[in-house]
Amino acid sequence: MSVDVLKSVVKPVLAGFGITARRLKNKKVTIMYPEEIREQYPRTRWRHFLTRYESGLERCIGCSLCAGACPARCIYVEAAENTDTERYSPGERYAVRYEINMIRCIFCGYCQEACPTGAIVLRKNFELADYKREDFIYTKERLLEKFPGEAELPFKGQYADKPAPVFTGK
Amino acid sequence: MPKRVETLVLHDSTTPVFGDVQKGGNVVIASLDTLLNQARANSLWPLTFGLACCAIEMMGMVSARFDVARFGMERFSATPRQADVMIIAGRLSKKMAPVLRQIYDQMPEPKWVISMGACASSGGVYNNYAIVQGADQVVPVDVYVPGCPPSPDALIYAILKIQEKIKRGNKPRSLTDLRLFEAVSKDGARELERVKA
Repeated sequence: MSVDVLKSVVKPVLAGFGITARRLKNKKVTIMYPEEIREQYPRTRWRHFLTRYESGLERCIGCSLCAGACPARCIYVEAAENTDTERYSPGERYAVRYEINMIRCIFCGYCQEACPTGAIVLRKNFELADYKREDFIYTKERLLEKFPGEAELPFKGQYADKPAPVFTGK
Repeated sequence: MPKRVETLVLHDSTTPVFGDVQKGGNVVIASLDTLLNQARANSLWPLTFGLACCAIEMMGMVSARFDVARFGMERFSATPRQADVMIIAGRLSKKMAPVLRQIYDQMPEPKWVISMGACASSGGVYNNYAIVQGADQVVPVDVYVPGCPPSPDALIYAILKIQEKIKRGNKPRSLTDLRLFEAVSKDGARELERVKA
């Protein structure tokens, strides 16, 4: 009887815990997300930015090609003429209103591909969840860079200690 | 001397969270409401409502790599009676809407809803007759998650947001907060009126 118990209960249990014991030396796979962000791929597409030239002028010329390329029809562009006294972009026109409905956007990146001046880019900030539906209409003030090169800054999460690493192929 | 705790740590159940928690030595004084909200926030049981590809990312969130059990959500409930938060993962078709509403009604109070992904939140690319243009026309949604689909980390961020809401003592959205109009066309029309005015 006791030999049976030993064979049918104790041995498989020990074998099972043996697997656990062997796995203990393995690298831990869990990413402690809010403090630590997993590595991002270089072409990760999340939050949009409207970029500026080095001079501070906006790249967007209000041509609406992004809105045309958008499969979800979530971009709204309204263009206006630049004047010599009020100049926003180097060309003739600039976007006076630029809005993206962030909960309709599917982050496909077609707007980024369609843009002739490289104005709209998708970068790595994925922490976009929010409470109110109205807050997801990203207006031009929210999308436009505060200074040239803001979009290229490494993404640091809201609760993270250090910026998220970017995958380099190793 | 009791110290006022100012920092907001969302995912750590041992740390008192907001201003009205007084901490001094080994004693923590808090109102019963605060303690209840802490308990609720740190033991949210999600209801799986996987409708489409977002459900795959929702499963990814439970996997060892992202491990949502760290936030007290290890038990994904397949029954609405034992669930606290419903994760609508995927496009909601008009045929599925009554089912979603019935499952929501079967959940015990207090209950929260996460609308995961573009399709559940607004219809996404499916702006057609078959898809509900935003699940908040059927059930009140507390947190919207953009993305197609949102990555597991983006969904965990939404869970942090909902925990933050609970810990602050805010009530979940009720059925009076339903959005009773169609999504895109009316939104656009209202926006245009605002601009014209």
